[in-house]
Amino acid sequence: MRPSDLYGVMGEFGTPEELLEAVKKVRQAGYRRLDAYAPFPIEGLSDALGLKRNLVPAITLLGGLAGGIGGFGFQYWAAAITYPLNIGGRPLNSWPAFIPVTFELTILGASLAAVFGMLALNRLPHPHHPVFNVARFTHASSDRFFVCIEAKDPNFHLEKCARLLQEVHAHHITEVSND
Amino acid sequence: MSAGQPPFDSPEIRRLSPVIGPGYTYGSVTDKISAIVLTRPTSLGWYVGFLIAFSVMGMMTVAIGWLIIKGTGIWGINIPIGWGFAIVNFVWWIGIGHAGTLISAILFLLNQKWRTSINRFAEAMTLFAVACAGIFPLIHTGRPWLAFYMMPYPSTMGLWPQFRSPLIWDVFAVSTYGTVSLMFWFVGLIPDLATLRDRSIRKPLQIIYGLLSLGWRGSARHWHRYQSAYLLLAGLATPLVLSVHTVVSFDFAIAIVPGWHTTIFPPYFVAGAIYSGFAMVLTIAIPLRKAYALEDFITMRHLDNMAKVMLATGLIVAYGYFFEFFLSLYSGNKFDVFLVQQRLHGPYAPFYFALILSNILVPQLLWSYKVRHNVVVLFLMSIVVNIGMWLERFVIVVISLTRDFVPSAWGRYSPTFWDWATLIGTMGMFATLLFLFVRVLPAISIAEMRELVAETSEEEK
Repeated sequence: MRPSDLYGVMGEFGTPEELLEAVKKVRQAGYRRLDAYAPFPIEGLSDALGLKRNLVPAITLLGGLAGGIGGFGFQYWAAAITYPLNIGGRPLNSWPAFIPVTFELTILGASLAAVFGMLALNRLPHPHHPVFNVARFTHASSDRFFVCIEAKDPNFHLEKCARLLQEVHAHHITEVSND
Repeated sequence: MSAGQPPFDSPEIRRLSPVIGPGYTYGSVTDKISAIVLTRPTSLGWYVGFLIAFSVMGMMTVAIGWLIIKGTGIWGINIPIGWGFAIVNFVWWIGIGHAGTLISAILFLLNQKWRTSINRFAEAMTLFAVACAGIFPLIHTGRPWLAFYMMPYPSTMGLWPQFRSPLIWDVFAVSTYGTVSLMFWFVGLIPDLATLRDRSIRKPLQIIYGLLSLGWRGSARHWHRYQSAYLLLAGLATPLVLSVHTVVSFDFAIAIVPGWHTTIFPPYFVAGAIYSGFAMVLTIAIPLRKAYALEDFITMRHLDNMAKVMLATGLIVAYGYFFEFFLSLYSGNKFDVFLVQQRLHGPYAPFYFALILSNILVPQLLWSYKVRHNVVVLFLMSIVVNIGMWLERFVIVVISLTRDFVPSAWGRYSPTFWDWATLIGTMGMFATLLFLFVRVLPAISIAEMRELVAETSEEEK
């Protein structure tokens, strides 16, 4: 296999504890381009991988602000500027009556931003990925846990990585090809 | 567990009434739930049930078709009662929809583990109930093909919706609720769709579930963002769920009609919504766990907790009824006092008493442990509460509108065959969607059940 065809090397684990232990050891060995795969979110895994705070909350806040300010601004524009209706001399900018729609649009903007922001940051949809080339990877969505050291890591060396995974008691160690 | 934990969450209680049966592993929960969709043969009962539900839905299609041909004159509505069954059914269905988001969002934020196995189908129920609810205002416009008039769009006439009207607030509240519930449900489904993709043997299924799962691969980086998005959605859905029925209650409370113009409406509508929603979750959960042998996942603990939530919200509703009554009398306003008399002695008094019986008196049986643990009684009671909540909306809409200020404006209302056909038809639609849902999607969140297995195995150590 040519080095460019190689996505990385993957080890399989049976429990979340083994996975956490393995991720910590692999990080200690100096590898940074690695990812873990699990059928459910595991407490402490993000820290073990050194993941920083993500951008989803900030995007959600922006979405909420856009929804709220846009929602109120739009109602103000519609009711007070472009289509003013004088009903018994009542104020055109009757802001309390605009609150329910403003509130709903704030929630809508924030929720849309949270979901689509999360998908965009995760680069989803992404129907095919090299890790799916590993036959046993179908278990990553039911009962098995995987660590993949990627070939892009500057320290990557196939044999060394495979040995490291062996040392942390991975059950199956496989090369992951790019196609 | 910290020392401040309330006693009802003690290890002893958890051992005696667990949220998941003993001995499950990540693999076995995955197998058991995904098998319902992938490998178990579709039972005869499913076909029969689906066929009945689908025929009833056909009746709805006919009723709506006839309505579009003839107009709203085929209904029982008349001039004092411009809002007949359409609004009664709308409020009823929207209320039912509230339990799904309550279970998935509020109980998630409160870290209630027992939500895990019921949140998925409760969310599905929410979506289907909102879909049923949405039909009514739409067809009540008489010309549903012009319903887009309610949306703010740049029309050639330069018109904009009247944003000061509760009916426009409703449009925004219900469509936001539908959208957010759909997203919440779908985000929760993504990891499970990936499981179905990986476990299905047939190519077409792999492709369909693969596309729906968006290529989810369980990467820790993905989970990291997924969890924040899910938590944020739960946080956003919580005020949303409380706002939706508040806005629905504004449809009434903003008007000056006797019996409607009261500040107690928003909280009492929200409590009523949760009440009827939990009743509907029980109505669905009890046959579902029986039909698919899910007693280990939807345990007696779940049913017991849901019954308790029903009892608590039922008491809030009872408080609402009492204060509605008291405030009308205390106000000294003769129209309000008259309305109370009409509820007790008027032509629709039997509906009022049926409502008190089914929403306040019968649910008091839930104080008994034996009743909460008798599945059949619980099922029947959930149906009684569903009927009671429908009667509540009927009483609010019909009595107030038929007996407002001037006797010359009084009237009577009785639904026609087409009113009933539409109402029962939407129940058929609801059931049809539920039958399809349990057949093609995992009715219980597999990823969250695995998490639960991980947590319970940690506790045992």
